[in-house]
Amino acid sequence: MLKRCFTTTLALGVAAALLGSLGAGLDVARAQTPVRIGVIEPLSGPVAASGNYIRMGAEIARDWLNAKGGVLGRKIELVIEDNKSDPKEAASAAEKLIVRDKVPAIMGAWGSSMTLAAMPKLEEYGVPMVVETSSAASITKRGNPWIFRISPPSEMEAIGLERYVDKLGIKKADFLAVNTDWGRGSIQAFGDLLKKKGLQVGAAEYMEQSATDMNAQITKIKASNADTLFLTTAVEQITLVLKQGQEQRLTRKIITTGGSSSPTQLVKQAGAAAEGTYHIVFFMPWFPESMPDGKLAKAFVDEWAKRGHPFEGLTEGFRGHDGVVTIAESVKIAGKDDPKAIRDALWRVNITGVNGPIHFEKDGPAGKESGQSKPSIFIVQIRDGKVALPEFAAK
Amino acid sequence: MDELLQHLVNGLVLGGTYALLGIGLTLIFGLMNVVNFAHGEFYALGAYATFAGLTWTKMNFFAALGLAILCGILVGARTERVLRRPLRGETIDTVMLVMIGVWIAMQNGELLLWGGVAKSIPHPFPTAPLTVGGVSLAPLRVFVLGAVVLLIAGTHLLIQHTRLGRAMRSTFQDADTAALMGVRIRRIHTTTFAIGSGLAAAAGALLGPIFIAYPSMGDLASLKAFSVVILGGLGNIGGATVGGIVLGIAEELGAGYVSSGYRDAVGFVIIIAVLLVRPAGLFSRAERIG
Repeated sequence: MLKRCFTTTLALGVAAALLGSLGAGLDVARAQTPVRIGVIEPLSGPVAASGNYIRMGAEIARDWLNAKGGVLGRKIELVIEDNKSDPKEAASAAEKLIVRDKVPAIMGAWGSSMTLAAMPKLEEYGVPMVVETSSAASITKRGNPWIFRISPPSEMEAIGLERYVDKLGIKKADFLAVNTDWGRGSIQAFGDLLKKKGLQVGAAEYMEQSATDMNAQITKIKASNADTLFLTTAVEQITLVLKQGQEQRLTRKIITTGGSSSPTQLVKQAGAAAEGTYHIVFFMPWFPESMPDGKLAKAFVDEWAKRGHPFEGLTEGFRGHDGVVTIAESVKIAGKDDPKAIRDALWRVNITGVNGPIHFEKDGPAGKESGQSKPSIFIVQIRDGKVALPEFAAK
Repeated sequence: MDELLQHLVNGLVLGGTYALLGIGLTLIFGLMNVVNFAHGEFYALGAYATFAGLTWTKMNFFAALGLAILCGILVGARTERVLRRPLRGETIDTVMLVMIGVWIAMQNGELLLWGGVAKSIPHPFPTAPLTVGGVSLAPLRVFVLGAVVLLIAGTHLLIQHTRLGRAMRSTFQDADTAALMGVRIRRIHTTTFAIGSGLAAAAGALLGPIFIAYPSMGDLASLKAFSVVILGGLGNIGGATVGGIVLGIAEELGAGYVSSGYRDAVGFVIIIAVLLVRPAGLFSRAERIG
């Protein structure tokens, strides 16, 4: 009897010990499960090139962070979804990442219309998103407290350009923009800047995102007697507009906005038609030493080349890097990968990315503010088939 | 005045390219009754084949155009032979679903093979525009317009004045009678689909150098091609030609004088207006052939 009792006790003891060690094993396993970061980018469709470059930049950030031990002693894993350049797909990609993959934070979704479509899902499920590219003002003005933007809204770009307006010699400007929230917002912002400076605003024309023939718009713009054309769209359409402008002998100072112009790709694909054009960019891979953190910028450019990625993708790719390091930093500050904790921690992020300092300030209706960082803004010119600093900006 | 003339010239050139897309589809959709959603992908195939010919084998530009058309014809013939022939007794919906599959497969194949970054197709024409009065036009566009006229005229002659054309017309008018008269109707189906696809590839090869080549370029082309075919009247080559030019000029003038934001809407309003008055398209006949 006593013996049996002893055996039972022993058995229970062994079982308890086993369970205990199993529990400890689970803790170890949890420490080793990666921190997952959701990424929503246009990997196919009309703006696929840009989305893929951002994915490449995000992967560099992930590998660099993991090489240094990850965050909280855990590896970083990217869960990447394709929004197919389509707002509807962006919303369902956000839902899939949150519900199925259980990511605690997302980076996305390139285009303003895609970001705006994904935003209600963030609020519904309470997951923060770092916006890496979108420029429409409405994104941070809508009162969505889960939005943290590291890209400049068009207004900020306009302010960045303000000091060059006289040197550029703008008297009257026309606008040609992609017919999305981004394009419409951009025309508004740069139009306001010109009006504020007492300059004239000419025609405001739009093109569909998938349109390839912009001759009608160019003919109309030609009829206005302006000296400058603000062009807002992604590199594919910029190429077409420059080529078709050349075919119609459109002689204007052309300034592209939004930072998705990839000047190197324009030199390659538009050739002489790109000569003399100005481009607002947020990264200058041609002169990384001129960036706020020259060493980081140089390292990024070198790593990009080492991976065999095309140079023309750098002006887009850095966004992916900066977005991922921002989220990783907030996870570190939060001390856990919980959406709410990451959201609170994002307000305390203070780091320097490839673009420059990243730090969020409140924007939008009181009580429901979104975060908006103040990115660095640069202007470059294509001269003699090369990308250069404009003469007035070169020191 | 110069502005209006420039708009009309732009519209004519654009309309010509729509017409070329339309005549290929009018053979497949109008005559064969295949709702070919993959039509735009043959357009993309033509553009990429030209690009491959020029950059991989460094061949002559005009030879590359020929190669692209040949690619379109061969791939079109295989598609019809393998995917559509077994479905000839099936409903129009079944075939449509298969063509949607072909569309998705071809577009993703292009994405896989070429990547998402747009390709610029080189061409031997000078980039400086020709200027007459206040109207300018790139030499490449003049060449394209000429080629479009030749291709449309050639297709018209083929269908109206050759033995093959007569066999095609009889097959789609009454397949059983045509078969009894000794027309090899299965072969005629394959040939018609191949010619239609070849014309789409020709459009891609000609327009690729004007624009840029990217995997989803076919979507817009399909949309315009269907608009043109419906506007012009199913299976009518003259109708597709006029329909294409009407649509091109309508879009151009709509964008120029109404609002460029509603450019595509203007085109569709014209189509709806025409269909309200002539439900079968601009040029419909009792006999939907030729």
